[in-house]
Amino acid sequence: MIIHHPILGPRDAQEFVYLGDASLIDRPDGMTAGVEAFHDYLYNRTNPAGEHQELWYHEQGDRSWLVVTRNTVTHEITKVELARDVARARGRTK
Amino acid sequence: MSQSHRINGGQIDRSKTLHFTFDGLPYQGHPGDTLASALLANGVRLMGRSFKYHRPRGPISSGSEEPNALVELRTDGRQEPNTRATVAELYDGLTANSQNRWPSLRFDAMGINDKLSTFFAAGFYYKTFMWPKSFWEKLYEPIIRRAAGLGSVTREEDPDGYDKGFLHCDLLVIGAGPAGLMAALTAGRAGKRVILADEDFRMGGRLNAETFAVGDSQGADWAAATVAELSSLPNVRLMTRTTVVGAFDHGIYSAVERVSDHLPTPAAGKPRQILWRIYSAKAILAGGATERPIAFENNDRPGIMMAGSLRAYANRWGVKVGERIAVFTNNDDGIRTAQDLKAKGVDVVAVIDSREGGDLLPGIRHLQGAEVIDTSGKLGLTSITIRQANGRSESIAVDALGVSGGWNPNVNIHSHHRSRPVYDAAIAAFVPGKDGPPGLLVAGAAAGQMSTHAALRTGRDAAIAALDLTTGPDLPQAEDAPVRITPLWHVAYGKGRAWIDQQNDVTVKDVKLAKQENFTSVEHLKRYTTLGMATDQGKTGNVIGLAVMAELTGRSIPETGTTIYRPPYTPVAMGTLAGRSRGREFKPFRLTPSHHWAKEQGAIFVEVGNWLRTQWVPKAGETEWRQSVDREVLATRKSVGICDVTTLGKIDIQGTDAGAFLDKVYANTFSTLAVGKCRYGLMLREDGIVFDDGTTARMGEHEYVMTTTTANAVTVFRHLEFCRQVLWPEMDVQLISTTEAWAQFSVAGPNARNLLAKVVDQDISDTAFPYMGAGNITVGGLRARLFRISFSGELAYEIAVPTRYGDALLREMLAKGAEYDPIVYGTEALGVMRIEKGHVAGGELNGQSTALNMGLGKMVSKKKDSIGMVLSQREGLTDETGYRLVGVKPVDPQAKLTAGSHFLEKGAGPVAANDGGWLTSKVYSPHLGCDIALGYLKAGDKKIGQRMRIVNLLAGLDTEVEIISPHMFDPEGERLRG
Amino acid sequence: MASLMAMTALGRRDPATVTHGPLTISERTDVALASVAARKGRMANLSASARAAGLHLPGPATHSQGTPYSAFWVAPEMWFVEAPFASHELIADMLKAALGDAASITEQTDAWVAFDVAAPDLAPLLERLCNVDFPAVPQGHATRTVIEHLGVYLIKHGPGTARIYGPRSSAESLLHAVETAAHALW
Repeated sequence: MIIHHPILGPRDAQEFVYLGDASLIDRPDGMTAGVEAFHDYLYNRTNPAGEHQELWYHEQGDRSWLVVTRNTVTHEITKVELARDVARARGRTK
Repeated sequence: MSQSHRINGGQIDRSKTLHFTFDGLPYQGHPGDTLASALLANGVRLMGRSFKYHRPRGPISSGSEEPNALVELRTDGRQEPNTRATVAELYDGLTANSQNRWPSLRFDAMGINDKLSTFFAAGFYYKTFMWPKSFWEKLYEPIIRRAAGLGSVTREEDPDGYDKGFLHCDLLVIGAGPAGLMAALTAGRAGKRVILADEDFRMGGRLNAETFAVGDSQGADWAAATVAELSSLPNVRLMTRTTVVGAFDHGIYSAVERVSDHLPTPAAGKPRQILWRIYSAKAILAGGATERPIAFENNDRPGIMMAGSLRAYANRWGVKVGERIAVFTNNDDGIRTAQDLKAKGVDVVAVIDSREGGDLLPGIRHLQGAEVIDTSGKLGLTSITIRQANGRSESIAVDALGVSGGWNPNVNIHSHHRSRPVYDAAIAAFVPGKDGPPGLLVAGAAAGQMSTHAALRTGRDAAIAALDLTTGPDLPQAEDAPVRITPLWHVAYGKGRAWIDQQNDVTVKDVKLAKQENFTSVEHLKRYTTLGMATDQGKTGNVIGLAVMAELTGRSIPETGTTIYRPPYTPVAMGTLAGRSRGREFKPFRLTPSHHWAKEQGAIFVEVGNWLRTQWVPKAGETEWRQSVDREVLATRKSVGICDVTTLGKIDIQGTDAGAFLDKVYANTFSTLAVGKCRYGLMLREDGIVFDDGTTARMGEHEYVMTTTTANAVTVFRHLEFCRQVLWPEMDVQLISTTEAWAQFSVAGPNARNLLAKVVDQDISDTAFPYMGAGNITVGGLRARLFRISFSGELAYEIAVPTRYGDALLREMLAKGAEYDPIVYGTEALGVMRIEKGHVAGGELNGQSTALNMGLGKMVSKKKDSIGMVLSQREGLTDETGYRLVGVKPVDPQAKLTAGSHFLEKGAGPVAANDGGWLTSKVYSPHLGCDIALGYLKAGDKKIGQRMRIVNLLAGLDTEVEIISPHMFDPEGERLRG
Repeated sequence: MASLMAMTALGRRDPATVTHGPLTISERTDVALASVAARKGRMANLSASARAAGLHLPGPATHSQGTPYSAFWVAPEMWFVEAPFASHELIADMLKAALGDAASITEQTDAWVAFDVAAPDLAPLLERLCNVDFPAVPQGHATRTVIEHLGVYLIKHGPGTARIYGPRSSAESLLHAVETAAHALW
């Protein structure tokens, strides 16, 4: 596959490491959330046959974590964003 | 009698003669020949034996679809089984042997299988060898493996090299027939970067095998002129002998270039084949079409082949396959063969045309509405039996028969993303369907455009469409004959076997049997009969097989459908897929700064990931590894030992939030660490399991240096980047790996400080540089770092200098500290000392264990949020009776322990219900004079001092042991603080 | 400066030069290297202080040639800065002095082995080694890529000149890979 890196343009997916569902961005706060919330965060994922937001790491590149919107059936990639931007937009801070 | 069947014409260089052997007999051919064309020129039709029935077989094609003429090419380490003689390019000195026969090709003892064919029908193995179960592995399978099968594999190492590479272009054109050449010309003249790849050694495709004119010249001459123009364009790369074998996602194609297969041996240093990864957003499949046979009784004798191949051998290679030739066809293309051969002066005895009506061929016996119903000839065709329209049969003596059942577009690559081809009744064949790989267009015969004119036109138009061009070259004049075909899949007359898939010996009867047993879907048909398996993947047989099934089930051909097409298009050698990555070149090596010194000393190395680490350094007289390791441990504990620890991961962490960041990623607290100090850190995964450990030092207000284990250096860095970018994006933290920038040595033992004091420029007394101190120092003026940390339980430091000075630092320490008899120890002694001290490492950091399991539960701070903190408190992970790290020693000091052994209570039976845990690491402790081990024992913290058993049924071990504290050496830590 | 004798990444006293056919591979031990990363929200300060120090920090995938400092982009708001080793062995300290607290600076000199490769046309060599479209990328293109499993930085200085930074500990494996590809070609 080819991933269109928002900064570096088209790059071979071989350069990336795949992590999984981009919901991993939404980590609860450990000081306020309990075991249940963390359990949901870590283990409960949807597994769509279709459009899926995923985390990919450009390990053999610029080390950016990316959020890739990819169709798991056709492998079509419709959107690639810097995960840092997505995380900030979702209100993640320090 | 040399080249008895050679006729005039063809694209061979008759000025040069090539000598080769087949089954030990010498023959001659010319440059431009394939092994098959050269053998046929010498009158050799018999080239192999079939897979199951050991029937005599000759080539049925002139291309890569060949199911029959498989040979073992070359000898010794280069011996290559299952090579298609139809594409093996002839070279001087070529050696080939037939396969799957014994004792000889002409007399094959296993030919008895043919007589017993009733027993070998589809599903025979499944039904017959069911029981007794044990007989399968011991008896049936070995016999069947010997009897059936194709070529044999050489037992020698392949002496040749293989390579890989990457190519980029605007347009990849797959196939260099008229459509591909025109597409490449259109894109090439427009200045686009073009790759034109063709599996043949000569570009032109069918134009080389036909007598058509293109423009003012012969088709083959037009092709040659076009290739010449393309090769003059710097933006066009022509790749002959290159098969595009697969289409992958987003415009990635793989191709195999046979660089040296047409040479006796590759030139020195040159690869035999190259596996190319081609990046091209746009591609055109112009792979042509493959002719298919008609199934009739005994249609597999040597001398019976595709009509188009009979024509190709005559036109391209100047070979007549027989002296008296007949053609059996259901379409106009078969007629061309008769006409071309007649024009070449070959005796065309009859054209058996299954169609009724139409014009009769002038000057040839043209039998309409007729069929071939049987053949004879033991090792090759001698006659055919035909059934005329009026029902009369007749035997005709011929030694070659051309068969044409129509042409199948080569849709394979277009279907590699599971696009289903669709049936086009007008040409009685499947053409590319919808939803092919994005960016891949299809042109020419591959798209079902069967005339030369249509190929040229669709090739040009596809290039224009793919690249958004406005115009293309003018089209030269070319034939534009329509496809006229009346489908005939198999001949109904005759009781014997009619072959559909010659490679797998699948007959019409087998398809009938599959239907009878309700294996009617094409995928079931394939698995039940093996139709379409093996090296040719059913390129000639599949469509007939499914058409026969359609007929039997009363379904239409589109309803019946095709099986899935998968890469590779043609077989790829394993060596090609491996490329350079084999033997010592399987992976790169990482060498430590002390590698050259250690090599001089005759050190033994161990692979740790890609690193080569010193395992131990033998001294003269030491004959066994334990002698060296025991000495290294004792010498370190007695005076001082040095170990290269450069391989541990080092990550430089800076920024105003560096401390806060470390508090998030470590279970314990680092923001409170004083500048100039270091601390042991425990890193958890989010699920609460221990991920990694190491010491991290605070080198400045906003500057830390983290140490990771050797194994996890890369994954920890990745994890930290995840935390930094994704979880806490507003933190001011910057990360960079410095693992390789610093050569780092552990200096351990009572004299560690004394030795280092002779090397470093600063005061490192206990007051000036206390336990867990860290700082920048100098060594003879050179910048260096010193950390007072210990994994051995000894007074110990780690000293680091820029890597280029590492070798010199080691030599300097050994020389300047000579009075302390320093030794260099390796990973074995390192392991002994860390286990004596109860430090966790590989066996304990097993991805299943928590801090609590390791006896480090108190390190997980609950006063702050950190990765894994919450889930480490899960009920199942905090069980009081869960595993705890313990030390173990045998009651009898002579007794042996083995890692992986299980804890059992005394008197308990060795069953899972009684399992108390297991030993994670074991060493011989020269300090304690016996084997010692670490292990995870259920409620182990409450069992210190008890006696249990260590059981290992595999090693025959049942040993009484004492459970002790994991801190087996200097439990109070007096030595390391000294 | 140091009394300790330096050893090259290939385990020798002097940098190696290998030639094969039209290709020359030269090990470079005379380059000092440091990473410079902008502290959060301090890019403007960093740019200003870098400019004052004669250091140009280029955009993504780009190398910028300068004296004494050259630099190439490695990650968002992070660069590798090159300088002559003889004058800048203490490159990290020198950059810290010049750039102040707007950047996190880390010495990288000995983390890498540098090979300059030169031939009339490097494209045939590099297409056997990595997936970079070398003929198509502009001069001054700098990218991370993979050569025989090794993560490297490739900087194009011209159609026939490039620098490869590879992991220092794998210097022998990297050189071997380049040499093997050269022998397969020439």
